[in-house]
Amino acid sequence: MWSRFWERFLNNKLGVVAAIFLLILFIVSWLAPWIVPYDPLAINVKAVLLPPSFSHPLGTDTLGRDVLSRLIYGARISLLVGFVAVGIATFIGTFLGALAGYYGHFVDTIIMRLVDIMLCFPSFFLILAVITFLEPNIWNIMVVIGLTSWMGVARLVRAEFLSLKEREFVLAARALGANDFHIIVHHFLPNAIAPVLVSATLGIPGAILTEAALSFLGIGVQPPTPSWGNMLTIGKDNLDIAWWLSVFPGMAILLTVLAYNLLGEAIRDALDPRLD
Amino acid sequence: MIPLLLGITLISFTVIHLTPGSPTDIYTQFNPKVSPEFHQRLIKLYGLDKPLYVQYWMWLKKLAHLDFGRSFAPDARPVWDKIKERLPITISINLLAMFFIFIIAIPLGVMAAVRHNSFFDKVTTIFVFIGYATPGFWLALLLMMLFGIKLGWLPLSGLKSLSYESMSILEKFGDIAKHLILPVFVSAFGGLAGLSRFVRSSMLEVIRQDYVLTARAKGLPERIVIYKHALKNALLPVVTILGLSVPGLIGGSVIFESIFAIPGMGQLFYLSVMSRDYPTIMGCLVIGAILTLLGNLLADISYALIDPRIRVG
Repeated sequence: MWSRFWERFLNNKLGVVAAIFLLILFIVSWLAPWIVPYDPLAINVKAVLLPPSFSHPLGTDTLGRDVLSRLIYGARISLLVGFVAVGIATFIGTFLGALAGYYGHFVDTIIMRLVDIMLCFPSFFLILAVITFLEPNIWNIMVVIGLTSWMGVARLVRAEFLSLKEREFVLAARALGANDFHIIVHHFLPNAIAPVLVSATLGIPGAILTEAALSFLGIGVQPPTPSWGNMLTIGKDNLDIAWWLSVFPGMAILLTVLAYNLLGEAIRDALDPRLD
Repeated sequence: MIPLLLGITLISFTVIHLTPGSPTDIYTQFNPKVSPEFHQRLIKLYGLDKPLYVQYWMWLKKLAHLDFGRSFAPDARPVWDKIKERLPITISINLLAMFFIFIIAIPLGVMAAVRHNSFFDKVTTIFVFIGYATPGFWLALLLMMLFGIKLGWLPLSGLKSLSYESMSILEKFGDIAKHLILPVFVSAFGGLAGLSRFVRSSMLEVIRQDYVLTARAKGLPERIVIYKHALKNALLPVVTILGLSVPGLIGGSVIFESIFAIPGMGQLFYLSVMSRDYPTIMGCLVIGAILTLLGNLLADISYALIDPRIRVG
């Protein structure tokens, strides 16, 4: 299955480009301390609000900090949030979806009611309130985003489990003495991996955008730690005098989100040859 | 709907009241003049000394009479009054945004699907992917920079100009419209990309069906085949998506109202979160949830209107 997956994936040029872009972004942000031209926190009163130039390719901000260096460090936040928040959501969603789909009856009813409630939630409101009360920091943000975005995965896994339940190999496994845990982990979950993988990849951009929006509103990652969202707050305050403070961080968010979306679609197409 | 609403309020109430810290701290912690006795009195006044389930029950009983309680803010106004004057603004902006999403995304998606793999299809696909990835608040900043500062065509913030009171009715209308262009455009933008993509794939699926082939074989003009036979069926899933997009729009209003300084419900929510005004926070959450449920209900009703199979069956 996987060799055919790779073959189809590598044929999708946009998907490959997106994957390479993300790979470079990961390497660059990982190597940030060694490759940034300036210290992202170093204040330099002699270089305040400089437009892009040879020495500062993306300009400097109101405190004379180098925008390119801050952008590279900001990538760490966005990439981390995307991974951890979606990881939490995928774990919760898979767990609850598996319970609902496998056991059915009132377990299913309760969990699916919970899904309905969470889907009706103006979740951005709740995220905002909870993070403000808990004091804004990156760990709280990742956990809260994860706790409010597991519903899609739960539905997917449940649907997959429901369709597997009636199949004969399950009966065979049970006849051979397999318990519930064994059947779920060894027979059901492997079948659900493909749709969950796609939904997780497509969930990452949403988490990145939520974190950026929160930081932009001042209740996300706190200054002086640079994140793309709080860099845009500085951009907003200097909209009339320094365009580079708004344009570049937003561009970084756009490209990263775009790359994840393209990668997610490419994975889906490669896994499911029926789709065009 | 009522059980759903109860579930939503229960979860919000618990989560909001269980997070560490208390609304009374804001008045007392930073104010050396406040005595511990006053602090205790405040806690008692707000009913925060009672067990959580008692507080929830009291809150629920008041809610049954449409009483959201009084705000913890110094003005201590009833929460409903505060929401009432801001709600129409948020709802109008979101309805306008939804209207534009609807009238632009559907034709765009249909045209892309009808000319599958054409140049037009490819261009809209690129547009959709970029639009989908654009953070709304960033787009707002760029547009403010271009139309507000560089060109000076549109106002940057608020709903009315300073000279609003001295304008004629027509001028007043024009003034508000001018202030609304950017906020409405920005809130519509994200949904636009998503929905037109959705219409396209839904339409592509329908066009392959046998009854579309039949309609063509009967010799019906292409226009009727597409817009009457195919589109109606392709719109069914679209209606559900629109209903589900309400929470996103409401959540987005916090961001856009803070960027454009619009005195709507999103801004009220932001301010009440900042001052830990529990009754106002709960009021906004309940209204948000009711709007979402209404969106879903409307989606279900229009579903039945479009699809006779549901009405009969």
